[in-house]
Amino acid sequence: MSRALGVVAAGAVALTVVLGLFVTPPDVVQGELVRLIYLHPPIAWVMYVAFAVTALASALYLLPNTRSRMWDLVAGASAEIGVVFCALALATGSIWGRPTWGVWWTWDARLTTTALLLALFLGYLALRRVPADIATRSKRSAVAALVAFADVPLVHMSVKWWRTLHQEPTVLRPDPQIHGSQAWTMLLGFLAMTLLYAWLLVHRFRVEQLEEQLEVEGLDRALADRHAEVPA
Amino acid sequence: MWRDALVVGGKDLRIEMRSRVATNQVAPFAVVVLVLFAFALDPDRGILERTSAGLFWVAVLLSSLLAVQRSFAIESADGARDGLRLSGLDPAGIFLGKAGAVAVQLVALELLLGAGIVVLYDTHLRGPLLLVATAVLATVGLAAAGTIYGVVAAGLRVRETLLPLLLLPVVAPVLLAATRAWEAALAGDPGEGWPWLRVLAVFAVVYGAFGVLAFGPLLEES
Repeated sequence: MSRALGVVAAGAVALTVVLGLFVTPPDVVQGELVRLIYLHPPIAWVMYVAFAVTALASALYLLPNTRSRMWDLVAGASAEIGVVFCALALATGSIWGRPTWGVWWTWDARLTTTALLLALFLGYLALRRVPADIATRSKRSAVAALVAFADVPLVHMSVKWWRTLHQEPTVLRPDPQIHGSQAWTMLLGFLAMTLLYAWLLVHRFRVEQLEEQLEVEGLDRALADRHAEVPA
Repeated sequence: MWRDALVVGGKDLRIEMRSRVATNQVAPFAVVVLVLFAFALDPDRGILERTSAGLFWVAVLLSSLLAVQRSFAIESADGARDGLRLSGLDPAGIFLGKAGAVAVQLVALELLLGAGIVVLYDTHLRGPLLLVATAVLATVGLAAAGTIYGVVAAGLRVRETLLPLLLLPVVAPVLLAATRAWEAALAGDPGEGWPWLRVLAVFAVVYGAFGVLAFGPLLEES
């Protein structure tokens, strides 16, 4: 099942690369730079999906009726992928910003929000790595994830009032400014990145499960093995 | 809930009054931060005066870390945390009490720092109404968010390093909004500043409500 997902995700990514780099025409205004549009918005989208999944899973973990180890592990796995995609979104945005705006970094609203989002969830991941009792850590992490996620609209609102330079949305508006093969490739990019996210999530979740098992049983196993070595 | 809050808040403030950690360590620290800004920026060119709103709030933010850490350090000794859980006090009340005590200390710090920027940075305090309203809302938000993260980090071996990483990004909107509002007030243009109070108010309400709801589950473990 997850293998099939992986194959489909890899195929979609490969197809996006081919279409994005070779098939689609360069843009009239932006030239070859436009090709980042097949990558950068989908990455940012996955980042938001990942953090939303983390918040949702954390809320489900905190509610007594739905509390299960699974939700804690899903939250952690998703946050980790979200942080990676957040860093990628900043990096690809920077690569695009340098030739377009002339600077690697600017204190634009969305850039600043994304950078803070990275810091917020790095803190969350740090909390998850703290040596402590598993139930304690899970509960605190879940609260921290919700606090961080609730901060996103506040950060966005305050930073947006502060300054705005980022491109206005290209696709999600009444008259989209993108057509033909470019639009399809971008759509494919979204699909590819979402599939990639799903695949990564499944695997990261499994690794977390095994890690936890090791944490719980590791010492007992090691002791049992050691006892078995000693001749009675 | 409110009665419990008064009990817990009163207890925290009495401890601070007697131990004098806030007055002997946190307040001097805040002043040192103000002096360090003067070393970092050229004091003679008027930079300090123009940026005094931002520097003031950064100093408040850094001091609030100490106040929050202190607020939970006093619960770590002698099993005070267990005592708090055994006391039968409403967790929401405990949250409000601890946040309230932090807020009172922050207000005292802000008065000190306000005097500091007037004396050291040659800042003229204009628009007093906006300054005070901003300070009140920002303090409530800082105390609420700080208390939530304070209990999240409490008792962990890495709490000193973890708390700043958790708290500072979350309170970034407070720094931004409070600074803009103060800048507008100090520049004698309070009309520009009032809209920022909405951000501060939403922040205070969101984290105040969050703390009231989440403190129960956070306290009952461990």
